[in-house]
Amino acid sequence: MSERIKHWPGKRLSSKELTGGKVTTTSTDPKVKYAWACGEAISRFLEELKNGKLIGRKCNSCNQILFPPRMFCEDCFTPTNEWVYVKDTGTIETYSISYLDTDARRIKDPIYVGVLSVDGASEKQGIMHYFGEVTPKTIKIGMKVKAVWKPKKDREGAITDIKYWRPLRRGEK
Amino acid sequence: MRKVACIGAGMTLFWRRLQETGKEMCWEAASMALDQAGLTLKDIDMVVLGSAPDAFDGIHMKGENLLDGAGGAKKPYMRVFTGGGTAVFTPIAAWWHIASGLANKVLVLCEEKMSSVFPHPQSAFGHIWDPILDRPLKPNLVWIFAMEMNRYMTKHGIKKEDIARIAVKNKRNAVDHPCAQLPDPNITVEDVLNSEVMAWPVQRLDISPPSDGASALVKTSEKVAKKVSDDIAWVEGTGWCIDKTMWTCRDLVFPEYVARAAKQAYRMAKIDNPRKQIHVAEPYDPFDYKECHHTEGLLLCDKGKAPSMTKEGITYRDGDLPICPSGGLLGVGNPIAATMGIKAGEIYWQLTQQAGKRQVKNDPEVGVCQAWGDLMQYGSVLVMRRG
Repeated sequence: MSERIKHWPGKRLSSKELTGGKVTTTSTDPKVKYAWACGEAISRFLEELKNGKLIGRKCNSCNQILFPPRMFCEDCFTPTNEWVYVKDTGTIETYSISYLDTDARRIKDPIYVGVLSVDGASEKQGIMHYFGEVTPKTIKIGMKVKAVWKPKKDREGAITDIKYWRPLRRGEK
Repeated sequence: MRKVACIGAGMTLFWRRLQETGKEMCWEAASMALDQAGLTLKDIDMVVLGSAPDAFDGIHMKGENLLDGAGGAKKPYMRVFTGGGTAVFTPIAAWWHIASGLANKVLVLCEEKMSSVFPHPQSAFGHIWDPILDRPLKPNLVWIFAMEMNRYMTKHGIKKEDIARIAVKNKRNAVDHPCAQLPDPNITVEDVLNSEVMAWPVQRLDISPPSDGASALVKTSEKVAKKVSDDIAWVEGTGWCIDKTMWTCRDLVFPEYVARAAKQAYRMAKIDNPRKQIHVAEPYDPFDYKECHHTEGLLLCDKGKAPSMTKEGITYRDGDLPICPSGGLLGVGNPIAATMGIKAGEIYWQLTQQAGKRQVKNDPEVGVCQAWGDLMQYGSVLVMRRG
């Protein structure tokens, strides 16, 4: 009982005690490798990235253009029906300015990262990606952006074939 | 369905690194809950264990590894897992064991040991992302919360200081929790706003810490509860719901999945006006904005209005609707599944007037707790009423 309980169990350790040999520990460094088959929809999507193009799938049941493409529509639970190219422009739905890298190490130059929805696909159909040519003051939710592609020879059929998304310039489509 | 009672709760200290193994932590928490319920393991029919990703402990199938500490050997035993949602989903799973008539006395355990993976659990979190579309971008888990927080703030025009006030409230509440990892009696809104920017808008003091810990509950049928206990809280409603896997195609402003789970639980509990009929709430608060997000998902205020509830003093222990009186994940700690002790466990202690210094002042009859998990998409909701 919270008030009546007299003893709350647990022996607290400091980081030093755990990793500095003060308490008995054992450790391991597993090496596990994986290879993922990408499936029909995403394989085509990745192949198209090499051509500098973005592709989605249309569901004729709800008329949504799904991006990234999937072979079934999770809303209708029916097969999707056609391939549809979408644009390499879009809108920032949300973003973060990160001073943490993937392992939570501190970094000085922040990573601009967020979710963008892609023009030509249905509402809210988008991906996570990096943003560039922005500053903490200029980046905004709702900003129109365009993909900056790697040179064709460097593309490998990965989401990183787009280096980042930059603000759309005036008069640009 | 049969009536289900909660008649005991227990938990270990929450701390960044505990010396005990997962099994030992489970045994400690289980012993406390059994003691409080006045039962022994021999009395228990079935055991339910909850624990979040195996990758933290580094032991695959850790339900099997933790089994002996959970008291599950030679009994019908199962492990449930819904990411962070496990903290409230595990007592829901225990509820259906009894509501269905299958069991009369169930021991409920939740465990997490996040210190085993080093230097930081972040390296294990890296494996939860989609390997094809997300992982090549080398995401950090804080990113997605920062993105969700930014969208929530921007769409509603909420100021950071109004969200920071939640962290201040919870870390101050945690001063009265004997298990707390990050209590701070003197913390101010300025401290939060001046803390290190991790991934804007998330700053260091907006985040709960990774922790080790275990917690336990004892649940029984009505007949058993009335025979053995004077400290009963009835499980009145349960709900759970999950949003789609394609997280980049979700709304992110309003947790519709929490609202659906809440509606299921409220319907069962015959609650049609939660703002009036709920007297204490423990929504999941791994980040300060998440308490707001979930308060709205639990339909306890209008969309975008949760931060002003704290500004107006409504959510403090002496307010009309105390929220996270335990000190929450922000103050007590975040051993993912084991936060059951400060969600379902706290509501149990509050409803049975056993919360000591943390006791809320409005003599609560009905309380709700909620947890949130998987990839920002899972909501589990439990409503309890004092016996």
